[in-house]
Amino acid sequence: MTEMLPVLAVFLPLLAGVILFLSGPGPGGLWALGGIVLSAAPSLLLVRQVAVMGTIEHLMGGWSVPLGIRLMADGLSALMILLTAVVGVLVSIHALGLFDRRDAASRQFWVLWPLLWGALNALFLSADLFNAYVTLELVTLAAIPLVLLAGSARAVSAALRYLILALFGSMLYLAGVALIYGLTGVLDMQLAGERLAGGGWVVNLAAALMVTGLLVKAAIVPFHLWLPDAHGSAPAPVSALLSALVVKAAVYLLLRLWSGPLLEPLSQPSVAWLLAGLGVAAILYGSVQALRQPRLKLVVAYSTVAQLGYMLLLFPMAGLLAWQGVIYHGVAHGVAKAALFLAAGNILYQIGHDRIVDLRGSGTVLAVSFGTFAIAGISIMGLPPSGGFLGKWLLLQATLGAGAWWLALVILAGGLLAAGYVFRVLRAAFQLPDSDAEGMEPPVRHIGPLMRWPALVLALLGIALGFAGEPLLALLGDMPGGAG
Amino acid sequence: MIYQALPLWVLMTSLVAALVVFVAGERRHRLRITVNLAAAVFKLLLVAVMLVGVLRGDLFLVRFAVLPGVELILHADALTMLFTTLSAVLWLVTTVYAISYLEQRPNRARFFGFFSLCVAATMGIATAGNLFTFFVFYELLTLATWPLVVHNGWPKAMAVGRLYLRYTLGGGAVLLLGIVALNSLGVPGDFLAGGSLDGVEKTHRAAVFGIFLLLLGGLGVKAAVVPLHVWLPSAMVAPAPVSALLHAVAVVKAGAFGIVRVVYDVYGLEVMTELQLGTLLAAVASVTIIYGSLKAIAQTDLKRRLAYSTVSQVSYIALGVGLGSPLATVGGLVHLVHQGLMKITLFFCAGNYAETHGIHKITELNGIGRRMPWTTAMFTLGAFGMMGAPPLAGFVSKWYLGMGALQAEALWVIPVLLVSTALNAIYFLPMLYRAWFAPPADREAAAGLAEARLGLLVPTLCTGIAALGAGVLAGLPLSPLSWVAFIVAQEYGE
Amino acid sequence: MMGLDVYAIAAAVLVGLGFHGLITQPHPLKRLLAVNVVGNGVFLALIVLARRLPDGPDPIPHAMVLTGIVIAVSATAFGLALVRRQARDAEERDD
Repeated sequence: MTEMLPVLAVFLPLLAGVILFLSGPGPGGLWALGGIVLSAAPSLLLVRQVAVMGTIEHLMGGWSVPLGIRLMADGLSALMILLTAVVGVLVSIHALGLFDRRDAASRQFWVLWPLLWGALNALFLSADLFNAYVTLELVTLAAIPLVLLAGSARAVSAALRYLILALFGSMLYLAGVALIYGLTGVLDMQLAGERLAGGGWVVNLAAALMVTGLLVKAAIVPFHLWLPDAHGSAPAPVSALLSALVVKAAVYLLLRLWSGPLLEPLSQPSVAWLLAGLGVAAILYGSVQALRQPRLKLVVAYSTVAQLGYMLLLFPMAGLLAWQGVIYHGVAHGVAKAALFLAAGNILYQIGHDRIVDLRGSGTVLAVSFGTFAIAGISIMGLPPSGGFLGKWLLLQATLGAGAWWLALVILAGGLLAAGYVFRVLRAAFQLPDSDAEGMEPPVRHIGPLMRWPALVLALLGIALGFAGEPLLALLGDMPGGAG
Repeated sequence: MIYQALPLWVLMTSLVAALVVFVAGERRHRLRITVNLAAAVFKLLLVAVMLVGVLRGDLFLVRFAVLPGVELILHADALTMLFTTLSAVLWLVTTVYAISYLEQRPNRARFFGFFSLCVAATMGIATAGNLFTFFVFYELLTLATWPLVVHNGWPKAMAVGRLYLRYTLGGGAVLLLGIVALNSLGVPGDFLAGGSLDGVEKTHRAAVFGIFLLLLGGLGVKAAVVPLHVWLPSAMVAPAPVSALLHAVAVVKAGAFGIVRVVYDVYGLEVMTELQLGTLLAAVASVTIIYGSLKAIAQTDLKRRLAYSTVSQVSYIALGVGLGSPLATVGGLVHLVHQGLMKITLFFCAGNYAETHGIHKITELNGIGRRMPWTTAMFTLGAFGMMGAPPLAGFVSKWYLGMGALQAEALWVIPVLLVSTALNAIYFLPMLYRAWFAPPADREAAAGLAEARLGLLVPTLCTGIAALGAGVLAGLPLSPLSWVAFIVAQEYGE
Repeated sequence: MMGLDVYAIAAAVLVGLGFHGLITQPHPLKRLLAVNVVGNGVFLALIVLARRLPDGPDPIPHAMVLTGIVIAVSATAFGLALVRRQARDAEERDD
């Protein structure tokens, strides 16, 4: 049973997708609920097993490496699968509240999202360079149609831009895989890593191709242009899934490559600092853009551009602290960003727009939504007590330990800029309405508990992560492959 | 176990109160008032139990590991109790005042929710057992006070809120940098009497010096040390109970308390002397004392004048700590309590004037003593206390500071104290003269007695009399002065 | 191991051409085609790699190419649908 869990974690969500394709979400979302349970259960069991027993491996069809495909669930995989499950379940509940089940959008969501879930789990379990390519494509192909659910022209052009770039990125990645296969004759990450020792220009070229491809998919500056439009125009649950999980998938693969087959080429100081430089650019540029956006959802989307930048700071630090810090940051961001998007979506749903200047004075009527936004914002700003703060603390320790003072300053500056854009929204909530508009309560559409609670729970989880460093880092374990 | 975790329960009392108030919503006035008062009284009881416990030498400690090698520690030592007791007492009084002050105003649930959260953060700061924990609550305090500062929602309040965040969050970032840097030298930053640097200053002299500047920079923002004080006078747009809270109980005290912790329990007096950091701190504090008083004279707005007075007075704490001699320490620490009692009285009075007669400017005080004799009497007590007139609380502080300066052979401090006293008199006495002796501006203002309503007046009387008592009864056991002497005996290992 | 023969050069040329098209062409349809050209270059390179074994072709790169083609085809089909949708939206706006 235990060694089948990785397979179930991939295939049960896919099965749920197929069932929901045939049935629709059903009356009262009953089928959808069943699909959520079916998808989440194997993930959670798998995480528990990894926590108890350590790394679990499964050889597909019984074929051994190098011919067969290996699925591997180590601490990092387990953490990402757990993040996906927790965010996934809560966002699903929100979606149950948001989508009218007679809508076409509802039907499409409940097919695409379980497929996306299965694809994400498959990616997190892949221990094989080519399998990672396939699963990353599945993630992209399931994610892009989700963007379209909003149905606006803006969403269509964003989706198209995203698709072309993503396809290009995956071709680059595949070219890199081809080079590595040519050199080593294997695709298994571990075996390839062993045979690549010693390097050479071909390895460097392969690394350059693969990393560039992944940076495009992860929307790292300067490849970020598609993200704000795509994430900003999608329906709230979709934005939450894209920002919390999908872009993380590409970064996850980057971390995998760094801690495995591409350790040597990516550890060269020039490369490591180039990547960190991109991270710094992302943090500063994304935050400044977030400060200037007129619409709430665009603020949140640009915040994602900025927050992803932190994850690239790992490369020049290359120690256990940085590894833990980057991953903790990623997990905390996933939870908090999902909450932020759901809260923004709720605000948009309630008053029909999300123009920040016109939100003035709505704090009292939208108290719960703004409260959720504020609580999630604490983690995004990296202020205590929150998961974002622990991630920042670990990263600061890592940078100062490595003597990189200026990186520490960038991290702190990023936090202050984040405070700037979070409080810009909260200011609108606290400010009195214009005097001429006084007495005119803005028309408010009420949201049900299904929409209200998941966002708040996610936001509170972001706070709870501020106290959960011990168990989660124990689950993460040491750096794989003895990197660093 | 439950007894040992008392610091946690003290903190939770306010936290739970905050949650209940938020959840109960705007309309449940009766429930909100009950919860607020019950929590404040209950907390006071818990603090009293803990006070006795600390006196008996019981151990209060809660630890929780949040990261490998990083712990949240709540503990209670004598210094903790000084701050905790002050906050718990003043919270009860301020709650009563705020309930009355905010009657019939909108958004009360939000106000009292954040108000309680603010006190929870203050309790966390007081009971923090290491720098990490301190920082967690220090930032939480920033987050909890911002909604109070901008509570009115006026454009001016929003602008001030932005200024407040810039300073406090910026200061927080600098503080965090200092704490992490200290950690990367291998110092966990635990608060231990006598310091916890463990000899690191010998190997990393420059780094330890630089880190102190970072810590001071971060803490100095909330402690309103010049030139980081700018936010404090502006924050006057907040409602009066908030000003009282900012100035007397929570925010500036959090900064000052942090400085005390860093000096005594992280760096330790030996290192402070060896690296000349004490002198540096005393010098910065002296500049602030003089500058704040000079600026206060120039103000025409009552609350702004009081605010600059806070800038000046809070630095007495840093001055005493910086001088480092036992008597100076007594003066500095006891001022933590004394300034709190006196300043909260003054702000309550300012609130009473504004609420009852719409008085904001100092010139409008003319003849108010006849209409609001009780309030004005308390204002007078507070003002004389601030000037340091015997036998009021402020005199005790200044006396020990002066003696401490002599003991530390820092004679330059004596003129600072004298000049400051003179300046205090220059900005307080004219106000008192106007209030008692100047003729009222118009006939209506001369008409009979019109005191503040009871809910505002009673808290004012309580704190005013406490400020008087702290001075007159300073010799009694369990007076702030005796307690501070108890702390100092521990810190100096006597 | 990787002989620089005509196929390898052709693969490199295809990738280069496709990349050029991707960055110079503004129209989404042309960009989609450009990405496909890049893809074909990569696939060709994989087929070149299949010659690495002395006795007969290596089946694994072939399998990879087949999988890659399937993915590229479905992604391209989806992209074409989006291009059409975009064109239709634009028409509706003009009306």
